[in-house]
Amino acid sequence: MAHLNAKTVRNWYRLHKWSSLICTALLLMACITGLPLVFHDEFDALLQPHVAPAQVEAGATTASLDQMVAQAQARFPALHPFSIGWDDDEPRIFVNMSASDNPKDGEIRSLIFDAHTGTLLEAAKDSFDLMRFLLRLHMEIFLGLPGELTMGVMALTFVLSLVSGALVYGPFMWRLDFGTYRRNGPRRTRWFDLHNLLGIVTLTWALVVGATGVMNALSTPLFGLWRAQTLPKIMAPYHGKPVPTYFRSVDESVKQVGAALPQMEVSVVIFPNPIFSSPRHYLVWAKGKTPVTSRMFTPTLIDVETGAVTLSGGLPWYLRILELSRPLHFGDYGGLPLKILWGLFDVVLIIVLVSGLYLWLSKRKAPIEEELDRLVNMESSQGDFIESVIESGADAQ
Amino acid sequence: MSQLFSFRKVYGPAFVLAVVTACGLLSALLGDGIWDALSWMALAVPLAVIAWKYFAPNRSTSTKN
Repeated sequence: MAHLNAKTVRNWYRLHKWSSLICTALLLMACITGLPLVFHDEFDALLQPHVAPAQVEAGATTASLDQMVAQAQARFPALHPFSIGWDDDEPRIFVNMSASDNPKDGEIRSLIFDAHTGTLLEAAKDSFDLMRFLLRLHMEIFLGLPGELTMGVMALTFVLSLVSGALVYGPFMWRLDFGTYRRNGPRRTRWFDLHNLLGIVTLTWALVVGATGVMNALSTPLFGLWRAQTLPKIMAPYHGKPVPTYFRSVDESVKQVGAALPQMEVSVVIFPNPIFSSPRHYLVWAKGKTPVTSRMFTPTLIDVETGAVTLSGGLPWYLRILELSRPLHFGDYGGLPLKILWGLFDVVLIIVLVSGLYLWLSKRKAPIEEELDRLVNMESSQGDFIESVIESGADAQ
Repeated sequence: MSQLFSFRKVYGPAFVLAVVTACGLLSALLGDGIWDALSWMALAVPLAVIAWKYFAPNRSTSTKN
């Protein structure tokens, strides 16, 4: 048995109301844009068909990356190599060229190569990318870092609203069987029951997506923190030396990482870059091969002139948490059925938001707050306050 | 003023669903194949509960009377 006093319940209720009101608009946007984003792989395949790489036997040798980079350089003489990326699903390699060290959307030119034969498959199209558009709206409302942080605050407010919502659930619903939906009740009662049923049943999923949303929003500052912690130490010995002019083989560097991390596969190589890596190193990101370790990236810094490995190893705990937050936010780690379930949870969350908004907007004679205030002031009475709350919360039309 | 209610009755089913959901969310991270299937089944449980509660006729419209 739990003891509750009306004052506590009133405070929880206020927290639930205000935290929900603050985040509802942007959260609704995030839920609606998030729904197609769950299926971004499927949409990409549909909207942006690409040239398939050659079929090869398992264990076939891979083609030279240096030659791919040379081809890209010949095609875009004004640009310099920015990064090389390995496709997760197919043996395709993206050679990304850019004029700037910090390219913005649309400033990267990519050539896509067959990883085994080394032949150029196609140049990445510069057409409107719906999924990219939705993702930028979803994560930063087209405002860059300030937008990301705003969405992070919204996600945090959402977590508060979930916790406070779960706390008021008990005092509001204790007289009813779990998850009761009074289908024959007045309209407001039905919306009230629906809000509570959907909210309490999907609470854990919503908490995980909300909390991982907070983490993902902090991605830029957290990576910045890591670079600020590690790079000065790495760069210190190079102080005063001229900028490198000789760039050793990418193939050799990737091979070096492969030998050092046999349980992993290389995923991205960043060319020397003062913003994303170091001006003197290839930054090679390798990942594991199991569902969970394939989300964990290990960085290796290789001196572009000497080939010396200056850093190899794990990331700090806050970046590990960030890496695990990605799949748990996007739901893209368990095949299509998981994505469909993720989409259904998302639809449920949209209904929770809309029903919450309805419950707040629908005008009533006795708002829940007034009822709670009255009950807080009723010191002596053992009157059935919970019942009154249910009456005022649910039955007023 | 204080009020008594059965914590277990109100939050018990919610707690069970929370555990089932958490298992579903984690199992697909741990492995492929059977782990994915386990995840799908676990995550289908809360959605099935919603469908059941929403569509099932109420045995008693409410226990509050």
